[in-house]
Amino acid sequence: MNLVVTDLTQRFAGTTVLDRLSLATGDIRALVLVGPSGGGKTTLLRILAGLDLPVAGRVAFAGRELPRDEAGLQAYRKTVGTVFQAYNLFPHLSALDNLLLPLVQVHKLSPVEARERVREPLERFGLAAHAHKRPAELSGGQKQRIAILRALVVRPACLFLDEPTSALDPEMAAEVLDMIQELKLQGTRFVLVTHEMQFARRAADEVAFVGDGRVLAHGSAAEMFTNCPQPRVRAFFQRILP
Amino acid sequence: MPRWLAHLLVVALFAALVALAFARVNYAWNWPAVWAYREKFLLGWLTTIAMSLAALVVSSLIGILASLCLQSRRPLLEAVGRVYVELIRGTPLLVQLLIGFYVIANAVGLENRYVVGVLVLSLFSGAYMAEIFRGGLAAIPTTQRDAARAIGLTPWQSLRFVILPQAIRLVLPPVAGQLVSLIKDSSLLSVIAISEFTLSAQEVNAFTYSTLECYLPLAAGYLLLTLPLSALARWLERRFHYES
Repeated sequence: MNLVVTDLTQRFAGTTVLDRLSLATGDIRALVLVGPSGGGKTTLLRILAGLDLPVAGRVAFAGRELPRDEAGLQAYRKTVGTVFQAYNLFPHLSALDNLLLPLVQVHKLSPVEARERVREPLERFGLAAHAHKRPAELSGGQKQRIAILRALVVRPACLFLDEPTSALDPEMAAEVLDMIQELKLQGTRFVLVTHEMQFARRAADEVAFVGDGRVLAHGSAAEMFTNCPQPRVRAFFQRILP
Repeated sequence: MPRWLAHLLVVALFAALVALAFARVNYAWNWPAVWAYREKFLLGWLTTIAMSLAALVVSSLIGILASLCLQSRRPLLEAVGRVYVELIRGTPLLVQLLIGFYVIANAVGLENRYVVGVLVLSLFSGAYMAEIFRGGLAAIPTTQRDAARAIGLTPWQSLRFVILPQAIRLVLPPVAGQLVSLIKDSSLLSVIAISEFTLSAQEVNAFTYSTLECYLPLAAGYLLLTLPLSALARWLERRFHYES
């Protein structure tokens, strides 16, 4: 994906959340952001996903700069997908209609084409039987997998996932992680914020440790998890890895 | 005890108390005198329905506009919305009707009292509608707007496909409740001589001197409208209740 972030700064009500954060990845498929809560991971991901404008700094994907105005960002958001921690499905629509809405209204597929497009993914991930249920009738794991499909069926250039398993019990989290792993094997590019270190180790091509609004360490998954030179990062992994 | 039986029991008990009270005052009933005016009652009742429905439609439009004002980031628009809502909700409808009809409508040359009646009633009800709509929109979590933006919807599409369908389900029950209030409040239109249900009863009373025979059917006529509406409001509330 060749992501290059330069001096990215974000402030909310006077508080600096990202402090001239810089990061340059190789041509990878999966970047995982880890680090302490409140360190700026989600803020960084929201800017990458085109949901927020930074106060300063630049972001470029594969050499192309992110737009700096809302109209440009709206066009950009059509080309990527975002998955939130709390699923954010539309509660008044069935699971199927949640998937069809972006296809029909944003990407201008006919309803027939849109249904055809979602049929196979719904079956592959064992969700076809639940397609006509409202979100309130689905389990947490099912909701999150529908949310991932909603982001995926528009064939995004990159998928942004913000702690997709934090609200789920271990069994449901495993369902969702298996799905992400399968997507990775099929070539989906993604940036993932997670506290699931075992999964990060397995799925990540590169890992960036975000804390205090900066990237404190960055490298391949193997480098980061086994012998990171940064003492603070090493201490973080030692605390949370079994 | 099943719910319907409990309701029936309470109604029966209440009816017995009322019947007892009437029995003790030895009231001389004169139903035939009032029965002669049944068409006048029916016409007034229909007028009340028509005025209330017209006011519901107009006050919904006013309410939408005012709720947009209330949420506006422009201080002047916000002030217009806030002053309107507080002024209307803080003063009696009776005063609004009298000033609206005898002063404002006169000043602008509006002579049709039915039109003035619907307008004043709509302005009155619109202030309550504004707060209902504002609350409905505010109850949609910001994460829904986020999700709508994330899938690439424009602000207008987000309103149309995500926000409004959810907000409308939220406001339907209180809007049905507001219609109940509107129907009862429309009785005050009698003060500007609109021949709605209440004025019809007052006039028949003046002809026949049969006060209770006029006002008991009046109460029953209003209940005939408001009870089904209350039931509808409760049904809507259950129907659209889902976790978000």
